[in-house]
Amino acid sequence: MLKINDLHASIEGNEILKGINLEIKPGEVHAIMGPNGSGKSTLSSVVAGREEYEVSKGTIDFEGEDLLDLDPEERAHKGIFLSFQYPIEIPGVSVTNFLKTAINETRKAKGEEAMPANIMLKKMREKMALLEMDKGFLSRSLNEGFSGGEKKRNEIFQMAMLEPKLAILDETDSGLDIDALRIVANGVNKLKSKDNAVLLITHYQRLLDYIVPDYVHVLYNGRIVKSGGKDLALQLEEKGYDWIKEEMAI
Amino acid sequence: MEALKDKLESSFLVFENELNGHSNKYIHKTRQEAFKVFEKQGFPTKRDEEWKYTNLKPILKQDFKVFHRGENTIDFKDVRRYFLSDVDSYKLVFIDGKFSSWLSETTHEKFDICTFGSMLEKYPEVADKYFNKALPQNESLAAINTALASEGAFIRIKKNQTVEKPVQLIYFTSEQEQGAMQQPRNLIVLEENSEVKITERHQSLSSHDVFTNSATEIFVEKHARLHYYKVQNDSKQASIIDNTSVKQYSRSVVNMGTFSFGGKLVRNNLNFFLEEEYTETYMDGISLIGDGQLVDHHTLADHKMPNCYSNETYKGIYDGNAKGVFNGKVMVHPHAQKTNAFQQNNNILLTDKASIDTKPQLEIFADDVQCSHGCTIGQLDEDAMFYLQTRGIPAKEAKALLLYAFANDGLRNIKIAELRKKLNKVIASKLGVDLDFEL
Repeated sequence: MLKINDLHASIEGNEILKGINLEIKPGEVHAIMGPNGSGKSTLSSVVAGREEYEVSKGTIDFEGEDLLDLDPEERAHKGIFLSFQYPIEIPGVSVTNFLKTAINETRKAKGEEAMPANIMLKKMREKMALLEMDKGFLSRSLNEGFSGGEKKRNEIFQMAMLEPKLAILDETDSGLDIDALRIVANGVNKLKSKDNAVLLITHYQRLLDYIVPDYVHVLYNGRIVKSGGKDLALQLEEKGYDWIKEEMAI
Repeated sequence: MEALKDKLESSFLVFENELNGHSNKYIHKTRQEAFKVFEKQGFPTKRDEEWKYTNLKPILKQDFKVFHRGENTIDFKDVRRYFLSDVDSYKLVFIDGKFSSWLSETTHEKFDICTFGSMLEKYPEVADKYFNKALPQNESLAAINTALASEGAFIRIKKNQTVEKPVQLIYFTSEQEQGAMQQPRNLIVLEENSEVKITERHQSLSSHDVFTNSATEIFVEKHARLHYYKVQNDSKQASIIDNTSVKQYSRSVVNMGTFSFGGKLVRNNLNFFLEEEYTETYMDGISLIGDGQLVDHHTLADHKMPNCYSNETYKGIYDGNAKGVFNGKVMVHPHAQKTNAFQQNNNILLTDKASIDTKPQLEIFADDVQCSHGCTIGQLDEDAMFYLQTRGIPAKEAKALLLYAFANDGLRNIKIAELRKKLNKVIASKLGVDLDFEL
């Protein structure tokens, strides 16, 4: 589904990603862990198409197509979704209006008709129930005045509505208390299928107790320095990142 | 420039001769005094502090027809789109300065919705009481309108009456042979505890330049409620100077919305004189303009008495080499204690060539007041753009959504649902998208 090959990316002349290789197949859950500043968020931004980053080398291939030439919205239309670490507050745009626009623009790009309002509303209600969200959410301005937990839940709600093939969840666990974490993780798990994939980006192992990855990768200094199964995450939790750094130094 | 002044001056002499014997003493004297003000001052220039950022010269250089003799007609089907058509309403329609009874719907039953011309004839006592009593006396543009005032809207809502249907005021210019200058004159009186909703627009149907110098006097007596919306979406060859002065009396409420999308040069001189206590005034505006356009808002909230409230929110979005000007004056007189005055002017510049000159001007001579003001100038938020795009919303639509979200505070006090829908559509079309902003 997603093949990243020797990806180098920089911002304002600083190289952040220094040769990333990663392959994700349908049905898989991958986790990327790493200390602060290792390039985790940069990787998710580059895959989603943030323009500020310059890709100097390498390729990102999604279902056989080169992603690097596509605008962020075109990537979204192909089925890539990024849950933001810090979702943006947009006063004046209601959650409903935002989702309606997002869904219908995506459908338009695929040559499909707009989704009838009643069907959309029904779907919104279903997904909100899944995430234990209050229906008052829909009429609120997007993320404005939302608590950290509400923002993250809203991200997963959007993911549920947009049904992406590849969901990249950037630090989705940060700012969540344990109940909210359970609800969000439960939502993600219910949306998982053999046809879609999830890329979790996280600093802590905690989230991985709830969303169990098939593969864990350690990102350090712009490269994936170690890959393994879910046990690797436990090892990191126990020992911290220092042993990786030491291994790297050898 | 002098040519237009000369032309207006000789028009006045002709006009006066024609009025001979038809006009009452007060009106006659007022016109003459106003004419003297114009004669002495002429058109404002950039040397005037109030006109520092808005240059009338290029407009005044042109040759305008100032007297419109014949009666022109237009087909409703050709102008239908300029009306709020899905709503039952009263209409006062003018074509080249003349009242078009064919396109209008007036009434004299419970209230008067008719013309300024007929008011002068039928109700001389009204003219005596209100004519030129709200507009500033020393402004030359308002003065030349006063001197030549002959036609426009007259609306008088009697005590305790609420007008359910909105009133639409529409001024067309159909002159096809040369540029035209229009000077409509409106008088609006809301008697005690009455209420009315009014929309106003000026529309050129001409391929030549049009220059409108409109003047509107509004009196809102105690407990009365006025909702007044100006839709400024004229052709790129049309310019308007809108002189509107409102006098508010005890516990009256006025919502004034000014929505500026079109035109070459738009200047709004909007004055509120708060004559008695406990009045409420809301001034809202959205300016959304592009290449070759200028919108200038000069507002005044004149707090003469204690316990009055004014709240002003103007949003501006400037594309291309568009130019915006905002000057919000709040005057709090010495005994106007407990005044609450708020003012906000927020702007987004979409290009390096667009500009805005914004100036809050607070003059406060009372000590127990709450006044605040804020101006901001910014660009589109790149993080928000990226966020929307990652959800599949294309850049153009994302930009439109963000700009709409930025501006829509300006629509908060619109009490006519049809108008709000129409403005949403205008905004979408100006931003080049096919989006339904409201849910």
